[in-house]
Amino acid sequence: MMSLIIGIGVVLVLTILYLIFRVSRLVSIAKGKQQDEVSKNNGVHGTLFMVTMIAGLGAFFWYSWSHFDSYNLPVASIHGEETDMLFWVSMAVVVAAFVIITIIMFVFTYQYKYDPNRRAKFYPDNHYLELAWTIIPAIVLSLLIFTGLRSWNDITSPASADAEIVELVGQQFAWTARYPGVKDNQLGNVNFRLIDNFGNEFGLDLSDKNSFDDFKSLELHIPAGKEILLKIRAKDVLHSVFLPHFRVKMDAVPGMPTQFKFTATKTTAQMREELGNPNFNYEMACTEICGRGHFSMKMSVVVHSQEEFEEWKKSQEAWLKQNPSYLDKVPAGLREAAMISAGIPVESLSNAAQSVNQAISVN
Amino acid sequence: MATTDIHVHSAVHGHDDHGHDHEHEHHEGNFWTKYIFSEDHKVIAKQFLITGIFWALLGGTLSVIFRLQLGFPDMNLEWLKPVLGGWITPEGKLDPEFYLALVTMHGTIMVFFVLTAGLSGTFSNFLIPLQIGARDMASGFMNMLSYWFFFVSSVIMFTSLFLQDGPAGGGWVIYPPLSALPQAIKGSGLGMTMWLVSMALFIVSSLLGGINYITTIINMRTKGMSFTRMPLTIWAFFFTAIIGLLSFPVLFSAALLLIFDRSFGTSFFLSDIYIGGEALPNVGGSPILFQHLFWFLGHPEVYIVLLPALGLSSEIIATNSRKPIFGYKAMIGSMLFIGILSFIVWAHHMFVTGMNPFLGSIFMLLTLIIAVPSAVKIFNYVTTLWQGNIRFTPGMLFSIGLVSFFLTGGITGVFLGNSALDIQLHDTYFVVAHFHLVMGSASFFGMMAGVYHWFPKMFGRMMDDRLGYVHFWITFIGVYLVFFPMHYIGIAGFPRRYYSWTNFETFSGFADLNMLVSIAAVATLAAQFIFLFNFFYSIFRGRVASENPWKSNTLEWTTPVNVGHGNWPGAIPNVYRWPYDYSKPGAKDDYIPQHIPFSETPESNLPSENEQIKLESNGSGAIVVDKH
Repeated sequence: MMSLIIGIGVVLVLTILYLIFRVSRLVSIAKGKQQDEVSKNNGVHGTLFMVTMIAGLGAFFWYSWSHFDSYNLPVASIHGEETDMLFWVSMAVVVAAFVIITIIMFVFTYQYKYDPNRRAKFYPDNHYLELAWTIIPAIVLSLLIFTGLRSWNDITSPASADAEIVELVGQQFAWTARYPGVKDNQLGNVNFRLIDNFGNEFGLDLSDKNSFDDFKSLELHIPAGKEILLKIRAKDVLHSVFLPHFRVKMDAVPGMPTQFKFTATKTTAQMREELGNPNFNYEMACTEICGRGHFSMKMSVVVHSQEEFEEWKKSQEAWLKQNPSYLDKVPAGLREAAMISAGIPVESLSNAAQSVNQAISVN
Repeated sequence: MATTDIHVHSAVHGHDDHGHDHEHEHHEGNFWTKYIFSEDHKVIAKQFLITGIFWALLGGTLSVIFRLQLGFPDMNLEWLKPVLGGWITPEGKLDPEFYLALVTMHGTIMVFFVLTAGLSGTFSNFLIPLQIGARDMASGFMNMLSYWFFFVSSVIMFTSLFLQDGPAGGGWVIYPPLSALPQAIKGSGLGMTMWLVSMALFIVSSLLGGINYITTIINMRTKGMSFTRMPLTIWAFFFTAIIGLLSFPVLFSAALLLIFDRSFGTSFFLSDIYIGGEALPNVGGSPILFQHLFWFLGHPEVYIVLLPALGLSSEIIATNSRKPIFGYKAMIGSMLFIGILSFIVWAHHMFVTGMNPFLGSIFMLLTLIIAVPSAVKIFNYVTTLWQGNIRFTPGMLFSIGLVSFFLTGGITGVFLGNSALDIQLHDTYFVVAHFHLVMGSASFFGMMAGVYHWFPKMFGRMMDDRLGYVHFWITFIGVYLVFFPMHYIGIAGFPRRYYSWTNFETFSGFADLNMLVSIAAVATLAAQFIFLFNFFYSIFRGRVASENPWKSNTLEWTTPVNVGHGNWPGAIPNVYRWPYDYSKPGAKDDYIPQHIPFSETPESNLPSENEQIKLESNGSGAIVVDKH
């Protein structure tokens, strides 16, 4: 019933609009409006352009000024501070150019609207003018390019040797992190063919002794003030690591490991204090379309002070300890070393072997 | 050629029955050869235009559906159930996977079917023979094939919308592995297959068209129409066709290799994948390779879409400012430079894909260089307005709108082309704002400007200008309200292609701006129905046009009101001057069409032009069609 009334209403409005159109058309024909003549109301568009421009620029400046805090994300990394600086410098240049050209253009439309008693100026070219506005943008742009290049080269330069390594693995639709462990600080080898549904989600190669103390985390924990090297990979389709507060973004590509290094500057606690928001949390998102759950592919990020971070690392259980059944995949000669490295009490070896057999029979 | 003087509109009803029974060749042809399998460039142009309008409406409607989701996340969309059926969940929400399909199809439709086929297809076909003084395209048959390949491609793409699993859903860039693996997303099943087949046919269509445009422009110019006397529209179509010819085959190769990966077990783009509980056998491929191939077309595609719009608006702005376009040669030069550069900037779409950072710096350098010729174009437009005598026809308004969008959208490229800044902005709404303004809206406005301006030549009638004004103002303000706020949303880091942001605290704000954007999008789409009404009403009942309603210089305005087959009833006019002799000092009128010899205008000739009078009499004695 309601939709019927709405339907009738819409039809009625459309009919009225059509009638208005017809009547005004007939009136203009009856008035004998000369064909192809420029209408007397032609100038109104020049005025409208001015009004639109002033309102538009006004809204632009007002919103940009008054809502600065709502669109300016706080920055929490060293290179982020630098690129933000570059961003706002570029913004100043761009806004200046945008405002000047916009004003000139719309003032022209207002000023030079049609006048039957006037002739336009025949002005086909001016080489000096053209040269000027080729060279000036070229110079301004080169300045921006070179500052950008320097910053880009810093960001993409190799990480230092003592950087904290964290592996991020993207899959539909979750992130997992793998840490190299406290004993050797080396990530173990992985192979996508070793991935299974029973626990080895990383495809950890247990014949590599570096893998024994690796541990998994569903949250990204990093220290502030120390360089972090993210080693990024994907298991199924493209994903992209996006840490908005740290100005970090890098695609996760199946078959091609990528990386990004950065240094966080503020711990979660410091950021909470700075923003006056006790519930603030850093987050990581996916920015490469990856399927149905793309929009929900979130990982919480916690930034510790360096001491807290070391403690947190020590408190984590090795992956192998959480999945002792995989001890069976460790070459026999390395098994004891693996157990020590992963922190598994050695006497539980036989139980573990049993459970592996169970898992295999299920398989 | 007496039979050319036919009335297109009265003929529609007369010839549609039993047309194909007759074998004999009547000049007018029957309904089928005249309107369906026509080889006349003007009819083919109208076919492209009307198909393009259909696609534009569909593409716009899809965007409004997903804008409802983004602007009003809590809205109950139950009322869309009669149209979308199972894609509305029982809770009255849009299915997240269908959301991605909508985004994908919106992009595909708008970029390829509307702004490539609908824009280039319409105006290259319509204007090239008319403006260079040719009877038709070099190959009418190829031209017809070009439309019908496009039509078949359209049918396939359209059909894919109704598949059980939905159309392709991996984004219009169809990056593998997502687009290669049906287990990754529903849309990568039959929907993706149809997308690829459709695009392959589309590429065939565009190549057939492009070869024709290039050949026609090079070979079929009328006497006196040297390259330096060609209108900027023709220059723009010329560069567009060349860019298309060089870049579309690369997309074709990418699509073909993807078809192989999907259907024949090859590993061009696939490697090290564990999905759906199993490790796939593919190794050695590279998803990045696909991105290189895709963007090798994808970036020039931006200019395939934009250059024709810039060409159309150059012509319209000059005509309606009653001034020569400022810096004619600089305009050509900048288009040429943009055309060349467009091939060596593609990797700026890939700064954060893990590509070698050194490559990133090279592409950053090349990308920012492209801002220079673009800036030159904007300055030249603005200078053309300076001291003009501006008539605000709807075509002119849309052209000014184009320049404004080209500026607003183009200038943010300075951020995105800078690899260090692109790290944060890549794949956020900042990018969405940027390309929708600079390439989407600007090209769309160019297309609209072209329709309003050349409608009298297409259909022999005028469109209603007041409806045109209402259409322009709602659309102009609407487009700004849709895309300008997205800059803020993008600077705040909101990622693209998100069904909802509520999972993230960081992206929890801007519900107000998103709502504003959605409302503006609905209003803008609604305003397009004013245009539709005006367009179809005016075809049949618009005021009958005069031969040259805008007092323009180019050759198409020397043809009769209802242009017949062969374009000019008599001989093709010769060309004696460039197309921008507007408001020439000393001249009687404020325009001198291209076919008026200098010998007839001694009062306004420049010294160098007086010298050319001698050359004019050396011609073959062709009759100059003078309508004045």
